[in-house]
Amino acid sequence: MKHRIPVTVAALAAATILMTAPAFAQGGAGVKGSANAAWKAPRGADGHADLSGTWTNATSVPVERPKELGAKEFYTPEEMAANAKKAADRAAAQAAQAEGGDLAVHYDTNQFSLTGASQKRAPSMRTSLITGPEGRVPPLLPAAQKRQAARPRSTFDSYETRPLAERCYFWPNEGPPMMPVGYNSNLQIIQGPGFVAIEQEMIHDVRIIPTDGRPHLPSNIRQWFGDARGHWEGDTLVVETTNFTDRNPFRGSSDQMKVVEKFTRSSPDSVVYEFTVTDPATWEKSWSAEIQMSKIDGGLYEYACHEGNYGMANILSGARADEAAAAAKK
Amino acid sequence: MRCKMPRYRLSGVLSCVVAVASCASLALIPATAQAPYKAPRTPDGKANLNGIWQALNTANWDIVGHAANFGSLPQMGAQGATPPGIGVIEGDSLPYTPAAAAKQKENYKNRLALDPEVKCYLPGVPRATYQDHPFQIVQSPDTIMFIYEYAGGVRSIPMKNPGPAPAPSWMGWSWGKWDGDTLVVDATGFNDNTWFDRAGNFHSEALHVTERYTPRSADTLMYEATIEDPKTFTRPWKMSMPLYRHVEKNAQIMEFKCVEFVEELMYGHLRKGAPQQKGKQ
Repeated sequence: MKHRIPVTVAALAAATILMTAPAFAQGGAGVKGSANAAWKAPRGADGHADLSGTWTNATSVPVERPKELGAKEFYTPEEMAANAKKAADRAAAQAAQAEGGDLAVHYDTNQFSLTGASQKRAPSMRTSLITGPEGRVPPLLPAAQKRQAARPRSTFDSYETRPLAERCYFWPNEGPPMMPVGYNSNLQIIQGPGFVAIEQEMIHDVRIIPTDGRPHLPSNIRQWFGDARGHWEGDTLVVETTNFTDRNPFRGSSDQMKVVEKFTRSSPDSVVYEFTVTDPATWEKSWSAEIQMSKIDGGLYEYACHEGNYGMANILSGARADEAAAAAKK
Repeated sequence: MRCKMPRYRLSGVLSCVVAVASCASLALIPATAQAPYKAPRTPDGKANLNGIWQALNTANWDIVGHAANFGSLPQMGAQGATPPGIGVIEGDSLPYTPAAAAKQKENYKNRLALDPEVKCYLPGVPRATYQDHPFQIVQSPDTIMFIYEYAGGVRSIPMKNPGPAPAPSWMGWSWGKWDGDTLVVDATGFNDNTWFDRAGNFHSEALHVTERYTPRSADTLMYEATIEDPKTFTRPWKMSMPLYRHVEKNAQIMEFKCVEFVEELMYGHLRKGAPQQKGKQ
C-alpha cells in the first residue's frame, strides 16, 4: 500500500504542478537577484546573510525542459499567463476526476496540501530547473549506462529490492542536491556559529554543514548524504558535498559525485538555491539547476517514516499471499 | 562537579576514560550547587550552548542504579553485558503506580522484543540525550536545534510557546526559554511508544518533560529533566547528569541511519522463500 500512495500522489502532483496563480509579470522572477538589485539581505546573529527560517521549494517548473522548447530558458509573461490558464483548467478536471477516486479514499487532498492551490510556490518564468541552453540532464556516459543497467530491479521478493525511499532510508528532497518533490516540500534552515543546519520535514533528516574551513572526511568514509562543507562567498552560502555512497545514485551518479550548492537570500520572502553536479564517472560535463525557495509560516512537524512504515510488512506479506494463492491454483 | 581525579598517573586512553566515567557517575549534584560559572555568549547575548555533546554514563541501559548484569544475547558475551552504573535519578527507585511497576517488569523481561531502540525507532525524550551517541546543538536566537546522531533524530525548538501539540509524536513538541544561563525546554505531545532506557522504564502519552541545560564549565553542561506523568508515576521525579563536549579536532555528527541494520530483523521473515515464522514482527 505504502508504495502505491506516493506513486499516485506523485501522479496527481505532477498533473497539478503547473497550477500556480501568482502574478508572474512582476519583473523577471526566476532570474537571480533581479527582483530588487539594491536589496540587501538581513544579517543573522552570526553576521552572515540570514538564511534562517522555514521554506518550501515546491515549484511548478519541471526539472528538465520540454524538448520542443529547445534552448528557450524563460517564458514570456504572455506565455506564462496562457500556461497558468491551461494548468488551472487541467487541475479543475483533475480535481473532478479525483473526487471519489483512488486518492480520495486515502487523503483529503486539500487538507494535506496535495492540491496545487493549497501549496505555496515561488513564481518562476523558467522553462526548466536545469539551467543553460540544454536544460536537461546530460546523457549518461556508456560506463554509467552499464552501471545503471546492472542495478537490481525493483521486485516484491524482499525488503532489499524495494526502493530506498519506501524503506525510509531517505527521500530525494533531502539531497544533496535538494530536489523539489510533489508534496511536503518543507525545510528549515538554522545558522549557528560555525554551522548551518538544514532540516527536511520529510523524512526528518538534518544536514549539518560546518563553515569553519575544516577538511572533508577521509575518502574511505561514505555516507548517504555525503559529507558537506560550507563557506560564505559574500552573502552566498556555498556548500560542497563529497563522500557519497554508490548505493543511492542521483540520476545515475556514482560515488564520485560532487555537489556544489549555493544559497542566496534574494528577498524577504525568498532564497535562490542553485546547484552544480559534477561526476566524471557519469557525465561528460557538469550540469546546474536553480530553484526558488519561498518562506512559509511555522515550523516543521515530525515525519516518522520508518516508525510508521506498516507498508513494508504489508507489501511483502501481500506478495507472499499472492504467491501462495497462485501456487494453490496449480 | 568537584570530582577528584586519581593522584597517580593513569596511562593510556582507556584509563583516562575510566577516570572520567567514574567522575561522571558521581555527578548527581544538582546544578544549583555548582560554583557560578559564566558561559561564553552568543552574539545575541545568550549563553552559548553550541557544540557536540554526549553523556558518559550507563543511563541508556538503566536510568536506575544497577550492578553489572547479563545482556539479552548470550552470543554477545562481555560485549553485550549490561555495564554497571550508580544511576541518574533522584533516589533509588522510580515512583511507579503498582500497575506501571508490573508493566516495567514485563518490559524488562521482554526487552529484546519490545525496546523501540532495537528497531531503530526514534528514542523520545529524555532518552535521546543519553544514548550511546553524541548530539549537536545549533543555536540561533529564535530556534535551537538539537540534532541526535542515533536515527537522525531532531528537535527544532522554538524560543516561544507554539501552543499545544497538534498530535502525539516520538520526539514530542518542545519550546524553550532562558532562565539566566539555563536553557529550559518544555516538552509534551509524546506518544507512548518510547522508553527511558533498555531496562523497560516507560511512560504514557501524558508525559511532560521539563529539561534544564546549564553551562557548568567550558566543556560541560549540566542536564536535568523533571518527569511528570500522572498515569504512570505517583509523583514527579528528576534525573540529572553532566554532558561532555566533544573537544576532539573536527568532531562531527556522522550518519547513524539505523533502518538498514534492522530490516532483516523486522522483515526478513517476509522475504520470498523464507520459512514463515509465526508471530514474528
